[in-house]
Amino acid sequence: MVEQFIFIAMLAVGIGLFVGRIRKIRRNIFLGRPQTINDRKAERWKTMARVALGQSKMVVRPLAGFFHILIYVGFVLINIEVLEILLDGITGSHRIFAPFLGGFYVVAIGFFEVLALLVMLACIVFLVRRLAGIPARLSSNQVKGWAHTDAMLILGIELVLMSALLLMNAAEGAMPNASVAPFLVSGFICPWLSGLSEPTLHLIERTAWWFHAAGILAFLNYLPFSKHFHIALAFPNVWYSKLEPKGKFFNHEAVKKEVELMMNPAADPYAAPTEGAEPIKFGAKDVVDLSWKQLLDAYSCTECGRCSSECPAHQTGKLLSPRKIMMDTRDRLEEVGRNIDTHGVGHSDGKSLLGDFITEEELWACTTCNACTQACPVNIDPLSIIMDLRRELVLEQSKAPGSLTAMFNNVENNGAPWPFSPADRGNWRNGSTT
Amino acid sequence: MAIFACRPGKLAQRLNNLNQNKVDITNKPIPSMAELAAEGKVPDVVFWVGCAGSFDDRAKRVTHQIARILQHAQLNFAILGEEESCTGDPAKRAGNEFLFQMMAFQNIQVLNGYGVKKVVTGCPHCFNTLKNEYPDLGGHYEVVHHSTLIQSLIDEGKLRVSGGAFKGKKITFHDSCYLGRANDIYEAPRSVLEALDADLAEMKKSRAQGLCCGAGGAQMFKEAEKGSGEVNHLRAEQAVETGAQIIAVGCPFCHTMMSDGIKHLNKESEVQVLDIAEMIGHGLQ
Repeated sequence: MVEQFIFIAMLAVGIGLFVGRIRKIRRNIFLGRPQTINDRKAERWKTMARVALGQSKMVVRPLAGFFHILIYVGFVLINIEVLEILLDGITGSHRIFAPFLGGFYVVAIGFFEVLALLVMLACIVFLVRRLAGIPARLSSNQVKGWAHTDAMLILGIELVLMSALLLMNAAEGAMPNASVAPFLVSGFICPWLSGLSEPTLHLIERTAWWFHAAGILAFLNYLPFSKHFHIALAFPNVWYSKLEPKGKFFNHEAVKKEVELMMNPAADPYAAPTEGAEPIKFGAKDVVDLSWKQLLDAYSCTECGRCSSECPAHQTGKLLSPRKIMMDTRDRLEEVGRNIDTHGVGHSDGKSLLGDFITEEELWACTTCNACTQACPVNIDPLSIIMDLRRELVLEQSKAPGSLTAMFNNVENNGAPWPFSPADRGNWRNGSTT
Repeated sequence: MAIFACRPGKLAQRLNNLNQNKVDITNKPIPSMAELAAEGKVPDVVFWVGCAGSFDDRAKRVTHQIARILQHAQLNFAILGEEESCTGDPAKRAGNEFLFQMMAFQNIQVLNGYGVKKVVTGCPHCFNTLKNEYPDLGGHYEVVHHSTLIQSLIDEGKLRVSGGAFKGKKITFHDSCYLGRANDIYEAPRSVLEALDADLAEMKKSRAQGLCCGAGGAQMFKEAEKGSGEVNHLRAEQAVETGAQIIAVGCPFCHTMMSDGIKHLNKESEVQVLDIAEMIGHGLQ
């Protein structure tokens, strides 16, 4: 009874804290501009099934993809055993599923144990890979410090949790009058425990059980502070991702109206402005000028760096790194969120995403080639953020590099990015070269 | 001759080569939309030449070959000539949405004024903008890149090509970002090259994983940011690694960037950069 009470209290606190944090992330995401995404639903479900559920873009790099799928499948299926732990804790039962499944129970737990072992194998591979700094994207400067610690913690916690699960099962299997037979994997640990008395084995089993249950709740609460939150956000993020051709950049609505007024003699300059007369912004200076989807992108990023390793600018040593764009967006958004928590809405800390986090030099290095959006396993779009910040520089701050300003002038005056006379456009037909 | 390319030594150099490369002009006249309209005629297709195709001398040779191919296939086409303007692609990608939409507005007025239904272009940037970004602004056309058009002309039997000079030659195709990743067109240019009986070799990064030439997003019109290397040098290295004698391209900017990359590697005597239209043009029967 006491145990049940403690467990339920622990569960309530764990879930309560988690929900609180999720609400905060949700609030932060919706600090972004509104954007309606609810078209082509069937296609969105299919994309989510393929990319998020089916991990189709992970396996572009087969080795990392394979080990990632081990952890992913392991995580999803072992949750069935976690469900049993939860039910046992709440009801005070022991292995509540066993009587229902009979002989199959041992097989099922054995299967989960195999998964746990594979998860541990994958975690060790990933740990070694990170410590060795292979590939380079996992050891670059952007993922030093907290990002590295975060990655190590995630892998470490997963290893410890899986070990606790196996130890718990082993202690159970080693008991002389165990109600369930030794399991497939933990059965191999049983001989090591054979010299121990039954109360000791019971103590080990209970300790491992509590450790695992508390560990899961702790990990659950660690998730939304970590890049590991991608395990949840990957799904909505892919669902809401861009379905149009990658080359299609959206046409800014506010600009459309202005150009219409300027160019179309039939346009009515006195037409009533649309409701909510907020000053029109043509670009993004801070995270709140980005759309909620772009902010969801930032929380969905797991900092794998595939985007940056495919980025032509990054590969040739320029400052630009699409991964840094996403990490900066998230860091700044978290900062803005903390400001709201401490000072309330409307407080300005005088900082902004553009300038304090992302520099002009980074933005101008982008070739808009879409290698980053292609590489991202969860369809994050760093390019759209780069474009919004570029628009801010050009349209709000008039800060284009001189050569681009010259190009703009040429396009505007000559109808070509070079200063040729528009009258000569057809001259190629007669072999003339000017 | 006045040349003010913003990439001194890159485009300007190309433009200065004009005397060495006599243009292979078509012998039939190419009408403009205005000329046809004066005669009360409407062509089936508008050939959108693009700025590079109109003014860059290396790209003009590609333009001639595209025109030759269209004539050879007996397509009823015309150009806009002086009524054509920059689509606004470089302005948009550089953040100048205003200028882009102004250019789009003008171009759409011209195209809609002539009742244009179908557009073919040799520039993936023009192609992408016309196809994807103009509809929302009132410009609805069937837009094809020349590689797609050439492929369908071959498939329909309207173009008969033979390998000729390219038979058995090792060729690698460089995917343009705005054709490949941007619009998922990977096979059309490759199947066109296959029609030449060439030996196609893929670079280690190709199709959806292809590396940019470094010119997109208005980079063509500015110096690159500081770094440890140049994107086009890296891409040229990847192309040379295949052992190909010819790098096939489908974009005037890729063309310039890859040629410069090959020069940087001192390989210009061994490796040629050619647009697929030039290769098909040579193989026309």
